[in-house]
Amino acid sequence: MFENADALLLARIQFAFTVSFHFIFPAFSIGLASYLAVLEALWLKTGKQVYQDLFKYWLKIFAIAFAMGVVSGIVMSYQFGTNWAVFSDKTGPILGPLMAYEVLTAFFLEAGFLGVMLFGMNRVGKGLHFTATFMVALGTFISAFWILSVNSWMQTPVGWTEAANGQLLPEADWFDIVFNPSFPYRLVHTVIAAYLTTAFVVGGVGAWHLLKDRTNQHARKMFSMAMWMAALVAPVQIFAGDMHGLNTLEHQPAKVMAMEGHYESHPDGAPLYIFGIPNDKEQRLDYAVGIPKLSSLILKHDLDAPLAGLDTIPDEDQPPVFLPFWAFRVMVGIGMLMLGIGAWSLLARARKKLYDWTWLHRAAVVMGPSGFVAVIAGWITTEVGRQPWTVYGVLRTADSASPLDAPAVAMSLIAFVVVYFAVFGVGTWYILRLMKQPPHTGEKGVKRTEKGPVRTAGITPGPTQNPGHDPDVLPDSKEEATDGN
Amino acid sequence: MAIDFDLTVIWAFIIAFAVFAYVVMDGFDLGIGILFPTFQPGQERDQAMNSIAPVWDGNETWLVLGGGGLFAAFPLAYAVILPATYPLVIAMLLGLVFRGVAFEFRWRDKAHEKFWDISFTAGSFIAAMAQGMILGALLQGIEVQDRAYAGSWWDWLTPYTLLTGVGTVAGYALLGATWLIWKLEGASQAHARTLAKKAFLATLALMGAVSAYNLALNPEYADRWLTAPEIYLTAWVPIVTGIIALSLLGALKKERNSKPFWLSIALFFLGMAGLGATIWPNVIPPDITIWDAAAPEKSQVFMLIGVAITMPLILAYTGWAYWVFRGKVGTEGYH
Repeated sequence: MFENADALLLARIQFAFTVSFHFIFPAFSIGLASYLAVLEALWLKTGKQVYQDLFKYWLKIFAIAFAMGVVSGIVMSYQFGTNWAVFSDKTGPILGPLMAYEVLTAFFLEAGFLGVMLFGMNRVGKGLHFTATFMVALGTFISAFWILSVNSWMQTPVGWTEAANGQLLPEADWFDIVFNPSFPYRLVHTVIAAYLTTAFVVGGVGAWHLLKDRTNQHARKMFSMAMWMAALVAPVQIFAGDMHGLNTLEHQPAKVMAMEGHYESHPDGAPLYIFGIPNDKEQRLDYAVGIPKLSSLILKHDLDAPLAGLDTIPDEDQPPVFLPFWAFRVMVGIGMLMLGIGAWSLLARARKKLYDWTWLHRAAVVMGPSGFVAVIAGWITTEVGRQPWTVYGVLRTADSASPLDAPAVAMSLIAFVVVYFAVFGVGTWYILRLMKQPPHTGEKGVKRTEKGPVRTAGITPGPTQNPGHDPDVLPDSKEEATDGN
Repeated sequence: MAIDFDLTVIWAFIIAFAVFAYVVMDGFDLGIGILFPTFQPGQERDQAMNSIAPVWDGNETWLVLGGGGLFAAFPLAYAVILPATYPLVIAMLLGLVFRGVAFEFRWRDKAHEKFWDISFTAGSFIAAMAQGMILGALLQGIEVQDRAYAGSWWDWLTPYTLLTGVGTVAGYALLGATWLIWKLEGASQAHARTLAKKAFLATLALMGAVSAYNLALNPEYADRWLTAPEIYLTAWVPIVTGIIALSLLGALKKERNSKPFWLSIALFFLGMAGLGATIWPNVIPPDITIWDAAAPEKSQVFMLIGVAITMPLILAYTGWAYWVFRGKVGTEGYH
């Protein structure tokens, strides 16, 4: 029995580790793919060199982030079976089709057009190249759509019936299963989070280069675009997060109790705890510092509304409180800081000092990676908060795992930790090195031939073979007549 | 019941198609990785990698369809095969991590290019070996009780699975070498041709060895291939395989351009058809049939609609992507 519990804990740590690591990359590439599509569209529309340069600058970074997202994502698609076999057998009839749709409508789309997006600038026309970029961006969004539908169904399962063999079978319309009660909220909140994460990375890089040279036009452009996103989208995100929280209160009240640190029920208005050390054993929040009645105001829009606490939930159905409580505070705190940066940038813009206020630039650099922290904190909140269930109220985590020996899981966990930190650490370092390069006019794209004396633009002999022509520069309209096909 | 029967069989063929598409398409990518050290550092290696850089990600997606499709269409099989081959699956996934990132990383860090080249080769080799051994572990049979894997975590390691692993490595090397014959020119192409000949002989020998081993592995397998009436249905597989093998040898000797690649794919197709005929109608030998493991009709229908709509589109834009990067890699690369 003890050995089983050990294997279960190891499997949970392994899933948490691999999925957290994985999600860093899509959180970035969902936003960055859209940003690249916007940059290329602006370039096509205005013909301004700066958009083309920025496109190529971020394309190189995108290529590395995307590759890491792909290889860490494949791990996830097999991890359900390797470590959560009982879960897979039981939920396969419902979740399997949703994941199959993700592969068919998203993964193939991204992967199919990625090659042309990265390497095809001189092989297809401008319009077709933009189509490829757009399709990659669309693919990242569709992927988020399906996988968040899967996750949401696990949080708010509907439309199922249990078969004699223990499997959960689809009973309702697929539409109801896909658009289960928490899905619209989770989708909006997560996709906006990805956009904000990317905006702060772009803003941080822009600010870094402004601090070095505030006349750099490319740095100005990316900083300005990012700050518009921060100013406009951070408030929307806080609103979307609030809606998501209310949805959670309706469907998973125990999770909200954990997030709020409400061990005990509050019949006449619950406090909003700012600080506290959750103590699951004694079922109380130690060293609690709270604002009276504010939690009831936020969650029920009424100062005196009663809020039930974990004392109304049987012990075996309670989530652990420490992680949801603190992860939630980290996420919300970062959201508020993002809102602050957005407001600060509006002020600077109004005073025409957007490129001059170095403290704003310094703050933006510090906030550069904040989106990743917020996103992971958000996922910890929602995933730990829905314990002890994999399918909420239906299938317990303890009953979901594969019949694996603890040493097998321990070995794989160690392997994942070592490989992920080494490989993705190096990849992140390569990305940072690219970001350190100042963006400039005549930016190179994804280039591959440092060694060749002359770079030419095609693998087919013929019109594209144009010695001396630099393939890394998109053909401008003059060249396109001879070079575009 | 009639409709159940049809849908489950259709799904078995869809999954088989996804696995075949993966084996062929990522097979030549992994094969190039396996053969990579035999190419000269510098231009030759750059070209070999550039010939697959734009398409490897799409090729690998078929693996996700194979896994995701299995989860969706035959959840029980997904839930049994993966725990049964746990260390192999983990090794394959980590191999694919090293292989995949090498595509980007080797160009970003010239000082450590050698390291990422080794990572490319080791990752490709481990992934190929693990895939072949997973296949072998499936064919040799998996112990199942109460809808769960009931064996230990080393059951997969046998002489038979080592043989199927090495056979897969050789087969992928053949695909990779024949792809490079098509994509390279001059001395590099001649080198690829030499490699293709060696890989061809190894593949053929190992296919023969695995086939012979299969007959000894399970009396039911032997019946299927050696006794009437099944033999009338299955005998064409070895006969056509022989014809294809001879044509491939001829195409290599006549220094044909793309023909060896297509014939290698045909060889793989026959190998898979043979394995399919061996285990049919089981999805997990010895006892679990495709109908035992199938998802309910409602799930099958919902996914089939998706496949019917998206698969033609996927094949079309995948074909287009290959078309964009058609022809020889050229001497100067194209990025």
